[in-house]
Amino acid sequence: MSATAQAPAPCANLPLSIRRVRQAETAVAHALVGPALFFLLTLFLLPTVAVFVIAATDWRFGARSLSFVGLANFAELFRDPLFLISLRNTAIYTLIVVPATTGLGLLVALLIEGGRSFRAFYRAVHFLPYMATLAAMAIAWEALLHPSVGLINQILRAAGLPTANWLRESATVLPVLAVIGVWKNLGFAMVMFLAGLKSIPCELLDAADIDGADSWLDRLRTVTLPLLGPVSMFVLIVTALRAFETFDTVKILTQGGPGKASETLLYTLYMESFEYLRTGYGAAVTVVFLLIVAALTLTQARMIDRRVHYT
Amino acid sequence: MASVTISQLSKSFGATEVLRGVSLEIADGEFLTLLGPSGCGKSTLLRLIAGLELQDTGSIAIGGAAVDALRPKQRNVAMVFQTYALYPHLTVAENIAVPLRMRRLSLTQRLPLVGRLLPGVRAIRDDIDRDVAAVANTLEIDHVLDRKPGQLSGGQRQRVAVGRAMVRQPAVFLMDEPLSNLDAKLRVQMRAEIAALHRRLGATFIYVTHDQIEAMTMSDRVAVMLDGELLQVATPKEIYADPADRRVAEFIGSPKINMLTARVRDAASVEIAGAVMPLATRAVLGTELQIGLRPELFRPLERAAETSLTGPVRFVEHMGSDTFIHVALAGERGALVARLPADSQGFAVGETVHLGFNPDRALVFARDGTRLRKSESNTLSFRRAMS
Amino acid sequence: MSARAPFRLAELARHAVLLLTASIVLLPFVWMVSLSLKPQGEVFQGTFSFLPERWHAIENYTRALTAVPVPRFLLNGVIVCGSILILQILVCAPAAYALAKLRFHGREALFALVLIGLLIPHQVLALPLYILGYQLGILNTYAALIFPFIVSPFGIFLFRQFFKTIPDDIVHAARLDGLSEFAIVWRVMVPMALPAVVAFSIFSVVSHWNDLFWPLIAVRAEELMPPPLGVVAFRNEEVGSDFGPLMAGATLIVAPLVVAFLAAQRWFIEGLTQGAVK
Repeated sequence: MSATAQAPAPCANLPLSIRRVRQAETAVAHALVGPALFFLLTLFLLPTVAVFVIAATDWRFGARSLSFVGLANFAELFRDPLFLISLRNTAIYTLIVVPATTGLGLLVALLIEGGRSFRAFYRAVHFLPYMATLAAMAIAWEALLHPSVGLINQILRAAGLPTANWLRESATVLPVLAVIGVWKNLGFAMVMFLAGLKSIPCELLDAADIDGADSWLDRLRTVTLPLLGPVSMFVLIVTALRAFETFDTVKILTQGGPGKASETLLYTLYMESFEYLRTGYGAAVTVVFLLIVAALTLTQARMIDRRVHYT
Repeated sequence: MASVTISQLSKSFGATEVLRGVSLEIADGEFLTLLGPSGCGKSTLLRLIAGLELQDTGSIAIGGAAVDALRPKQRNVAMVFQTYALYPHLTVAENIAVPLRMRRLSLTQRLPLVGRLLPGVRAIRDDIDRDVAAVANTLEIDHVLDRKPGQLSGGQRQRVAVGRAMVRQPAVFLMDEPLSNLDAKLRVQMRAEIAALHRRLGATFIYVTHDQIEAMTMSDRVAVMLDGELLQVATPKEIYADPADRRVAEFIGSPKINMLTARVRDAASVEIAGAVMPLATRAVLGTELQIGLRPELFRPLERAAETSLTGPVRFVEHMGSDTFIHVALAGERGALVARLPADSQGFAVGETVHLGFNPDRALVFARDGTRLRKSESNTLSFRRAMS
Repeated sequence: MSARAPFRLAELARHAVLLLTASIVLLPFVWMVSLSLKPQGEVFQGTFSFLPERWHAIENYTRALTAVPVPRFLLNGVIVCGSILILQILVCAPAAYALAKLRFHGREALFALVLIGLLIPHQVLALPLYILGYQLGILNTYAALIFPFIVSPFGIFLFRQFFKTIPDDIVHAARLDGLSEFAIVWRVMVPMALPAVVAFSIFSVVSHWNDLFWPLIAVRAEELMPPPLGVVAFRNEEVGSDFGPLMAGATLIVAPLVVAFLAAQRWFIEGLTQGAVK
């Protein structure tokens, strides 16, 4: 008698005793989910609706009145060169971070699993950045990247290579932030791939050995990479999501500068909504942000569904 | 030439000794089964032959040539795994083609897009396709060539695994419990098919299983293994009728053979379960022996005879095709199981029954488990019976 | 499980590459600690040395601890993350149990709501939640830092998945023993789902400990700041290039989670793997 079966049968057709039990069960269930339901509505659903509504107004925080402007905010948004720059920067940043993180994460995972010694050590070390508070580590990176006393430039100078003011030149700032992003997310990708590698059945590798695919390249192509397909897809999407949500480094290190060269979507959202207090406009940015994130997440869900034929 | 010679193979994993000095000769074209319970080392032995593990000591030769230094793909063996180990992302046709591709195409020729354009590759790929189609046809899986393993039934997957092994035309087929993941009905069918395959291909088959029915019905010879050692290697008939060790006798035969303790009474008889059984030995009085009596040896008698066992019926099982009665015996802890024809009447629980048997069909074992066979003078000698 | 003889060159190459990547990964940490030990003069010397010639550790760390209340920031982190976690478990576990084991009208709708919640990143909700906080008058209090996170769709989802694997018969047996549904949640389900609870706890604590976005908006007073916000405040204090104390402060703030991680690595990583396979 599973309690998790189908939806309850129509009450009217059942004898009174069962109906009462059902009603009691429903009442208890409602009591159990009540708080969660309440908070989900007030903290998730209503605010989401509110964002869309506010995006259709010209409200400025603290103003007494507002008026509905329909899609005017969005029109302004997509005409605004600064917003478009922000969007472009975020896209470029994501396009650098996602392949680099995924590729490096995969490489490190393969190397770690490929041997027997020191696995836990390497795993712990590469995962460390993921745990470390980015706000604090951003400052450490700032010190590293300091144009005169930073270690990076010291090393480059000693090697006779050209240096740069990494965070203050518009050509380098975005790639450098991307490097920090890769540094931070590498551990996550690595851990996911490690789990994926562990789940490859040993017998499959044996079969490949016997079939003749026993060089490292053949193994990768015949067994490892195909079976890491679902994990790879997952890592790509989650890393893309995190890249889109980049905020800490921009806020602390560059504030979008120099001259908007490192302005990213979430930072724009923050500035518009909470610094400039152009709330309606900020809400419009939020809507764009939400739609992108939702699209990515739904793509991921679809992908996972399709891969189900792997037994 | 695809005989397989194994000499003094030992293998330990950490502190556990899995194989202890195993030696075995398998003739070309023979179907040999490695039979034993889980953990006895049979799968390890198979993997050593395949080259998936390296032995600690000992040597392996295939076709007369030592293969110890060769990698699996160089040993000309093919393996069918218990879980089939099919590549889930490839179609059936591509799965079967993998060993051929690895063998006949070089690395550059195998490159995804570029490889196809190289000269001569087309012809090789067509050859491969033909070979795959031929194998698929033989195994009757040509209608699923475009499907992926996830879309196939258990039986079909098993055939694909066999196909992948067949297509290489190996000298030796290794099979690691290939039928254990199938349901009973399918197992019966596949047993026949594998046996037919062996006849058709004429290759050497080394088959690992814990299922004695598979071992008995499919093999030319059976090698019974326990705790990393070979107990006996003989034809199924000999294993059944002429076991070399008590453990072999107990492993083969369903229901399990009845093992009774007997004590030497004099030079011509032993005391067994409160009765006396004629048995010529040269043993010292009072020596303990183990007598094995298969359930089918017994006939119900009206009254006790010279070789019969008597006791109350504890339990009766009507199987439809046979009837099994469980009889309590004096001095024995477990009940004796006797198989009687299905229409046997009149065995109620509690009733006393007399079961007669032919003492010549009894299997006699020393206390340490070695089988004692009759010498020419029709007496049992105590020299260790060699298998 | 390969039969290949150990291939020394491959082993060496593996270690070489991994040590290289490891050192690059550790570089910021090492540099941060190194600078926190040096006096200002040495910082600007531009040498490669990691250890200082003159140890300035005590001065730097003292300055860090006094210029802004770093211990306070860490304490706030504990208070806020702890409260969030407790509230999340209190709210999510019963709901997850109901979704997993009970039948009631609206079950599908509620689950759909949970799934939608999974789609929405918190930054999207920041604006309306800020307005809500303002209306409730709780901005610039601990409550402001806590309230948006009271319910976690991810928590509900994770617990539900786990509860579903617990056999129904255990629930039936508990009912027969006279336990109320609430008691079943706390005395039967949650104890049996301990791995999921641990995984979720780690996930929740880590993500809220390191959150900068919401605290930045919700709170201004220094004594309420959680660690990341504290770092920002600290940096604004240390404007200029007084790297020593700055790095000392950063080290102090990063240390707790790092130490916790190193001590309980497997839990953290398993927690994350669990969390991600949503």
